[in-house]
Amino acid sequence: METAPQRRPSRGSLATPAVVASSAAGQDEGATRKTAPPQKRGGEGAPPGKPEEPTDQYQIRVRGLNKTFGPQHVLRGVDLDIERGKINIVIGGSGQGKSVLMKHLMGLLKPDSGQILVDGEDIVPMNDLALGKLRRKFGMVFQYAALFDSQNVVENIAFPLIERYHLSREEVMTRVRDLLKRLDLANVGGIEQKFPAELSGGQRKRVGLARALIDRPKILLYDEPTTGLDPVATKNVDDMILQTSRDFGVTSVVISHDMASTFRIADKISMLYDGKILITGTPAELMRSAHAPLREFIDMAGLRRDEDGKAAAPEARK
Amino acid sequence: MAEASIDTAPRRGALAVGALLGAPVRSVFGFFGDHTLMLFSAFAYLFRRPFRLRLFLDQMEFVGVGSLPIIILVGFFSGAVSAQQTIRALEIFGQERYVGATVGLSLALELAPVFTALMITARAGSGMATELGSMRITEQIDALTTFAVSPVQYLITPRIVASIIMMPVMTMVFNIIGLFGAYLYSIYLKQIDVGAFIEYFRYMTDPSDYLQGGIKAAVFGAALSLAACYQGFNVRGGAKEVGLATTRAVVAGSVSVLVLDYFLSDMLATFFPYRS
Repeated sequence: METAPQRRPSRGSLATPAVVASSAAGQDEGATRKTAPPQKRGGEGAPPGKPEEPTDQYQIRVRGLNKTFGPQHVLRGVDLDIERGKINIVIGGSGQGKSVLMKHLMGLLKPDSGQILVDGEDIVPMNDLALGKLRRKFGMVFQYAALFDSQNVVENIAFPLIERYHLSREEVMTRVRDLLKRLDLANVGGIEQKFPAELSGGQRKRVGLARALIDRPKILLYDEPTTGLDPVATKNVDDMILQTSRDFGVTSVVISHDMASTFRIADKISMLYDGKILITGTPAELMRSAHAPLREFIDMAGLRRDEDGKAAAPEARK
Repeated sequence: MAEASIDTAPRRGALAVGALLGAPVRSVFGFFGDHTLMLFSAFAYLFRRPFRLRLFLDQMEFVGVGSLPIIILVGFFSGAVSAQQTIRALEIFGQERYVGATVGLSLALELAPVFTALMITARAGSGMATELGSMRITEQIDALTTFAVSPVQYLITPRIVASIIMMPVMTMVFNIIGLFGAYLYSIYLKQIDVGAFIEYFRYMTDPSDYLQGGIKAAVFGAALSLAACYQGFNVRGGAKEVGLATTRAVVAGSVSVLVLDYFLSDMLATFFPYRS
């Protein structure tokens, strides 16, 4: 459960002018400036405040997202662009509203105000039927896989297909087996008939990924995929995300507070802080940034900057 | 929900008093209102596509077949013990031969539906609350939503419908076994005349008594499964909360069965006036 931010930043630190003011600048936000250093900006140019035309570069654009739960103002005007085909990571401390933000992307929660454009379509005013269709574009990988205990591996993976289409048993099985093979699960003996309780943590995660991938989604959402894993398992999950992004050509949105893993795999990192996106950039840009809350986050994770400002994470990206 | 409304309530003068009185009243109405809403949406989804017959059959097996051993065990001893106590009372007047009629009637009208409901609450109701609660905390319910499957339709509707269908069936099983227990006790341990036992039972009980018991059983089935589903479905937190929800489901289910029993008896008595 997301709670209200506990640590309030001193306003002064936030007001420090950022490296370069950017992207959604002109969105009449408050003191917080977004600092996205100049980079490929294909979708720029549309007048701020209006719904931009969908461009090839951005799969999801979030504008001015507000959400309150009772007295807690969790999201306070989030602007976020998710790049097509890339690994987009949203970082932020516990209780900063990362999961809430992610649930909004799929339409699982309705915002109080703001826009969420998925492929140029605003999903906020959609009804349940339209949202049901929209959700076929998404696959979600849950923190603890969220496999259905009462169903075996095949039934779990086939679940979206069986619920959405009338396919023959053979076709479903072909697709499930194909996916098991591609996710290195086919060699586990008797996996098809196993129940989630009989799988290891890593296998469960892969089965969860298979279930998210079976209906060929365009966007994959990962909810804190590496939380609670040991370093080796974390590395495996990182590889799984990288490989999936490459092999299936999906847009990945990851929420995480695991900085080492984030800097290893991200194409683009956004930091959610105090209900807003504080900064967005590539890992190298973030490493160079002097933003106080971000620096704290990075330094606490024990990551160092090398001369080029690249993350000196042990497994730098190729 | 309740905490939030208390926090935001104005704390001045009359308004404060209103808020003080209002919070418990609101939470009571909220409690019943949420149950009613859940029941209505569960029934609304019964008539919406897709129809998943297997889910209903699975739940009917869980509520019915799964509870069969315990119903048989409890039914037998409840019948036998009520024969025992009835004979003790009737002996005073030397009317022991009425034991078949008395036990049969009380089983049909009260004992079978109420005891069956309590046993099913303890077994199936607690199971439902635990299962739904752990599905909630492990995000399985959220996962259903991401596949555009309504959790109410997929999880709640089959459980409530299965309970409504299976409760009268299990009540009939209880009746038969209970009467069998009473028969064995009376004939073999108390040497009551077999002919009198059977004849007075046939004379005093009527199919409408069993119908009343069946109606009660169906209503109890709705109440106990609703309580269980509501508690399980709305779990927030972790394993501890699942345990608490299960406890609440059993308590709420049992209490609602016993309270409903009184009002139902009253109501059914007007529909089925006692013929003499």
